[in-house]
Amino acid sequence: MIKKEMIAMLLAGGQGSRLGVLTSKVAKPAVSFGGKYRIIDFPLSNCINSGVDTVGVLTQYQPLRLNTHIGIGIPWDLDRNIGGVTVLPPYEKSENSEWYTGTANAIYQNIDYMDSFNPEYVLILSGDHIYKMDYEVMLDFHKQNGSECTIAVMPVPMEEAKRFGIMITDENKRITDFEEKPEHPRSNLASMGIYIFNWKTLKEALIAKADQPNLDFGKHVIPYCHENGAPMFAYEFNGYWKDVGTLSSYWEANMELIDIVPEFNLYEEYWKIYTKSDILPPQYIAPEGVIERSIIGEGTEVFGEIYNSVIGCGVTIGKGTVIRDSIIMNNTVIGDGCELNKAIVAENVVVGDHVKLGVGEEVPNDTAPHIYNSGLVTIGEKSVIPAGVSVGKNSVVFGVTSAQDYPEGSLAGGKTLIKAGDEQ
Amino acid sequence: MRAIGIILAGGNNRRMKELSQRRAIGAMPVAGSYRSIDFALSNMSNSHIQKVGVLTQYNARSLNEHLSSSKWWDFGRKQGGLFVFTPAVTADNSSWYRGTADAIYQNLSFLKNSHEPYVVITSGDCIYKMDYNKVLEYHIEKKADVTVVCKDMPDGTNVERYGTLRMNEESRIEEFEEKPIVARSSTISCGIYVIRRRLLIEMIERCAMEDRYDFVKDILIRYKNQKRIFGYKMKDYWRNIATVEDYFATNMDFLKPEIRSYFFKQYPDIYSKVDDLPPAKYNVGAKVSNSLISSGCIVNGTVEDSVIFKKTFIGNNCYIKNSIILNDVYIGDNTHIENCIVESRDTIRANSYYKGEDGIRIVIEKNERYIL
Repeated sequence: MIKKEMIAMLLAGGQGSRLGVLTSKVAKPAVSFGGKYRIIDFPLSNCINSGVDTVGVLTQYQPLRLNTHIGIGIPWDLDRNIGGVTVLPPYEKSENSEWYTGTANAIYQNIDYMDSFNPEYVLILSGDHIYKMDYEVMLDFHKQNGSECTIAVMPVPMEEAKRFGIMITDENKRITDFEEKPEHPRSNLASMGIYIFNWKTLKEALIAKADQPNLDFGKHVIPYCHENGAPMFAYEFNGYWKDVGTLSSYWEANMELIDIVPEFNLYEEYWKIYTKSDILPPQYIAPEGVIERSIIGEGTEVFGEIYNSVIGCGVTIGKGTVIRDSIIMNNTVIGDGCELNKAIVAENVVVGDHVKLGVGEEVPNDTAPHIYNSGLVTIGEKSVIPAGVSVGKNSVVFGVTSAQDYPEGSLAGGKTLIKAGDEQ
Repeated sequence: MRAIGIILAGGNNRRMKELSQRRAIGAMPVAGSYRSIDFALSNMSNSHIQKVGVLTQYNARSLNEHLSSSKWWDFGRKQGGLFVFTPAVTADNSSWYRGTADAIYQNLSFLKNSHEPYVVITSGDCIYKMDYNKVLEYHIEKKADVTVVCKDMPDGTNVERYGTLRMNEESRIEEFEEKPIVARSSTISCGIYVIRRRLLIEMIERCAMEDRYDFVKDILIRYKNQKRIFGYKMKDYWRNIATVEDYFATNMDFLKPEIRSYFFKQYPDIYSKVDDLPPAKYNVGAKVSNSLISSGCIVNGTVEDSVIFKKTFIGNNCYIKNSIILNDVYIGDNTHIENCIVESRDTIRANSYYKGEDGIRIVIEKNERYIL
């Protein structure tokens, strides 16, 4: 009989609406990160590096890019005879067909998948964090303490603790209580959304709470286990961990990669991050090209100047163009003589010649100031920006735009110009 | 599928000097991210040839490592696949491959157990893109016994290290000389052949019976009047890397936009083993111009007119000019490298000075590297 000690369930169905147009067409875990990666590469690489070779990926929102990226799991060595990676979308049932209505509900709907591997433990992960973590060490901690549910936690500054789910523990790290976004936090141990459950405990809880609408781990399953007296422990993690849930945190996390010795180091030999590489050739830097403090992906051609930026694969940067503090994703073409400041340009965008992105004063965004802020300019995937226009700070452009969309050749700061796809 | 493929990758060449001590030429790194055999393998795969045998002999460790999985070139199939043949002791043979024909003879079962009517033979040390189906169609149309892919070299090229040939107006080969002292033609053989599988088996067996071992000398030249041997002219980029100068020039060719566009941007692609390296990183002080930089590199110094292969570290205040730095080289601070090829996995101490005065200098340093 097939037996896996621990299998992982990776929650990758969320939209991540705070990333604005970046997730209009792709699920958040499939958004590019760090030049050549996608966010989901980090948990998937952690899995294989930790010896977890069976991973169920739960998808729901805009799964196409995610599905093609994962394929049969070859880049992560997750193409296995037994186990490997399986994409688990919601499916129709003879009665009561539904979407995944909550994190735990998604897991509940896939009890059969987990049962087929007869696991001792189930690792629950989310597909939107940047970190390197050895889940095997966490499992050892789980076993040593006789835990039935272990929650990975990270110490955060006390004043920020009210933004997180906070665990209160005794001196043995046993969880005695927890609070969701507390006004007056009693501890600074924030939940990272990474759980190890004994499969028996989890299955029992999922079945008992099956009828709960929007069944969620933090709100329902963990309180249920706690009320039933299951031993629960907090596993403290002190490495780099970054939630890239907002545009500004996404931008910051990218920028942190270009420090001389970054806190999060992609160049370490023993904990590689794997990804699906479509583009192999080396990058070309032209005689007039200038690059400083940047990372650049394969096959990119640079004819302009790049400072403090993260550039993806297969990108073209035109002559005389100056790029500062920006993120440019795969296969985007930037014309000649452009100026980009604090811009996030998604994949397959075409920017015409002499375009200026990120000019003028900061003005709050007119439609979604909670998303588009921090002085960033965001350009959605497959957008076209005509030659010669300028775009202000805190603005967003998505879709094929032409000169008529830019009155007097410019889009003022804080404006939203969306001409395609699902409205954000 | 109509053809199977054979890639001759066993050879060594003294004119590659120290570079070939570590590896067969098929495993020579090319164009920043590739090995020279990738071009033949990708051409096979892109021509829908699904079953390919690679014949290796000389120092195959590096090559075997590169071919450890067939999936990069899409050969991991139920039908066909990638087969690597190294010389082996058997009940009736204990020799190394004594020549190209002998190499095929010693693995004749690969040919005998196939059912495809044709064989495409090529070598692992040429850089080119080609749809072999076009040669195959030409071969059938000409009712040829053997078709040899050839190329007109520009006037004045020294062709004495190639096989040269002359064709009549029907494109039938009338003259074929291997490495002539005085060449009478500037048309050279590219080392790519199409031949019917049964005919190849028959000729290879006859060759072996007569104790002859070389495919060009003992089959093509010997039978050129008896068999219908035709030339197929190829016009696109083709280069073989048999000398240090060729190797250097081939890599430098990739600094030209038209060559990069031809190989990197136009369909079909060239495939290679994926190394899972992070993007290249440029720190403060990096100054790069007219150069190719590969993934996993960290640049702190100046690089001009050079090809930097994967995972190279270039220290502060370095000056690299007109050079090729192979994979996984560490270059300490304040180092000057000009007109050089630096061997892979080298560690260059800080404050070193290397310059090729007349011609290309090969740098091999075996300093200890301390990794934290």
